[in-house]
Amino acid sequence: MIFTSLPFVCFMVITVIIYYLIPKRVQWCFLLLCSYVFYTIADPRYLIFIAVTTVTVWFTAIRIEKLHMEQKEYLKLHSKEISKSDKQAYKSKMKSRRMKWLLLGLLLNLGILSVTKYTNFVIANINNIFKGAVSLKRADIIVPLGISFYTFQSLGYIIDVYRNKQQAQHNLFKFALFVSFFPQLAQGPISRYGQLAPSLLAEHRFERKNVSYGAMRIVWGYFKKVVIADRIVAGLTTMIGDEKYTGAYVFCAMLFYAFELYCDFTGGIDITIGIAEAMGIKVTENFNLPYFSKNIKEYWNRWHITMGSWFTDYIFYPISVSTPMLKLSKWSRNHLPAGIGKRITVYISCFVVWLATGIWHGAAWNFVVWGLTNYAVIMISQEFEPLYARFHSRFNVKGKAPYELFQIIRTILLMSMIRMFDCYRNVGLTLRMMWSMITSFKISVFYDGSLMDIGLTASDYMVLLVGFAVVLGVSIIKLKKGSVRDGLYARSSLSFYNIMAVMLIVTLVYGAYGTGYDSSQFIYTQF
Amino acid sequence: MEEILEILSEIHPDVDFENEEGLADRRIIDSLDIVTIVSEIADRLDVVIPAEEIIPENFNSVKALSELVRRLDEE
Repeated sequence: MIFTSLPFVCFMVITVIIYYLIPKRVQWCFLLLCSYVFYTIADPRYLIFIAVTTVTVWFTAIRIEKLHMEQKEYLKLHSKEISKSDKQAYKSKMKSRRMKWLLLGLLLNLGILSVTKYTNFVIANINNIFKGAVSLKRADIIVPLGISFYTFQSLGYIIDVYRNKQQAQHNLFKFALFVSFFPQLAQGPISRYGQLAPSLLAEHRFERKNVSYGAMRIVWGYFKKVVIADRIVAGLTTMIGDEKYTGAYVFCAMLFYAFELYCDFTGGIDITIGIAEAMGIKVTENFNLPYFSKNIKEYWNRWHITMGSWFTDYIFYPISVSTPMLKLSKWSRNHLPAGIGKRITVYISCFVVWLATGIWHGAAWNFVVWGLTNYAVIMISQEFEPLYARFHSRFNVKGKAPYELFQIIRTILLMSMIRMFDCYRNVGLTLRMMWSMITSFKISVFYDGSLMDIGLTASDYMVLLVGFAVVLGVSIIKLKKGSVRDGLYARSSLSFYNIMAVMLIVTLVYGAYGTGYDSSQFIYTQF
Repeated sequence: MEEILEILSEIHPDVDFENEEGLADRRIIDSLDIVTIVSEIADRLDVVIPAEEIIPENFNSVKALSELVRRLDEE
């Protein structure tokens, strides 16, 4: 039951209606039931995986919290009788006990994630390395829907409890809802407990504004997904599916994929946030106009925000400020050139983060190369920053509109280029296709009718062009004036509903439901 | 406080750290800068800032960062 299917639309509407009809105190129970129904319909075998993650994380978090309380009580009672060094020793002993529980929770759940997602990747690589000598069979393992998302969300929670930044949830079923909340189960966002749980577990009375805002967001998400992203797929699949499409076709495929991925992923997140919003539940935003970024670092602060912040808080910082890294930092300052010496820990930690980001996206080398290419570009940009600063002050271009436009286009092209590793799904092929953009670029492809032979008709291009203009227009309004929905609703609720109705009709009429259409997947559900 | 001001100014000489109160929230310093700051503080002041203390509130101003360093030093 995927978001774009009719059964899901019915499921979503019925859920929201019943949510407001039942007693408020059982609203969260109803959502838990709906979430498990949703997951069971996807595949009943998935249930065991999400149940194991839920129970183990819930239990270990409570154990960790108990140790925090025990320490607090002990120090409160004995702080006057024990020396400072005894106090430190006691704290260190308790920290080590908490760490054992944390590691148990982390290793168990990362173990499940690794086995389900990466076993066949490891087998394929072993077979490749020992060609002829070893031939292991592919393992018949299912990969539960959204496992990367709900595992990371759960691990973030347990780390926060370990850090004493979050109180543990003692009600298993309430915690189960946090892990399995159906709108965000398939493709995120990766929410933090402290941000999602208060509104998820709260009682909500019907408010027209919440339902209207949620509905508008849902319709907008479907528009991006069904009218734009799913329409581009036909042309894109043709161009990346045959190696005869080189040069200008590759450039075209690169831009098509950038636009498709944006509309697919942000569309899915809009639907997620919209469903939650309709029930008064606040889900963290995952995008902030990423294609208006002026450099790659800014782009990663605006694209898939919850994943980026997860990696920063739970991997990048702990590695960077770990004792071995601080020792390395001290050594490198004394023995290496000043610039490198100061930044060596940043280089290493970033490398680990981007390697992990690549692997998180998929069990394939193209994702590893994609992650490490991002790393290389970010590090090079970081090193060039003094040069950029000199350029900006020499030519006085910083903040000037034409230069900012140049920076935005440069960032879009750079990110689209890196994303080709994800698009072609094969490192060698991607590199050959990139090279062909230099060696066999025929500009005539854009005007001699060649693009009419890739599975898209003139009317498809017209719809895409209008769709692009609408998405760009809405984004510019959001950038300049803030929330578009707020502006519409404040002006007149009638125009708000009229626009929503028009969007809905356009989505129903111009959605790509024709032959060859396959909406079986949102791109990010496979991660 | 003086030493922390010096560390920050070395990383971003163009920022008015004495008066700025939204360093992390407004992304004047990013995660790479924060790691450099933590390493510098460990090196020069011998105070280790653990990962759980790396939150925007502790890095938004020189005052907040100095307070954090003082607290960790006392512990």
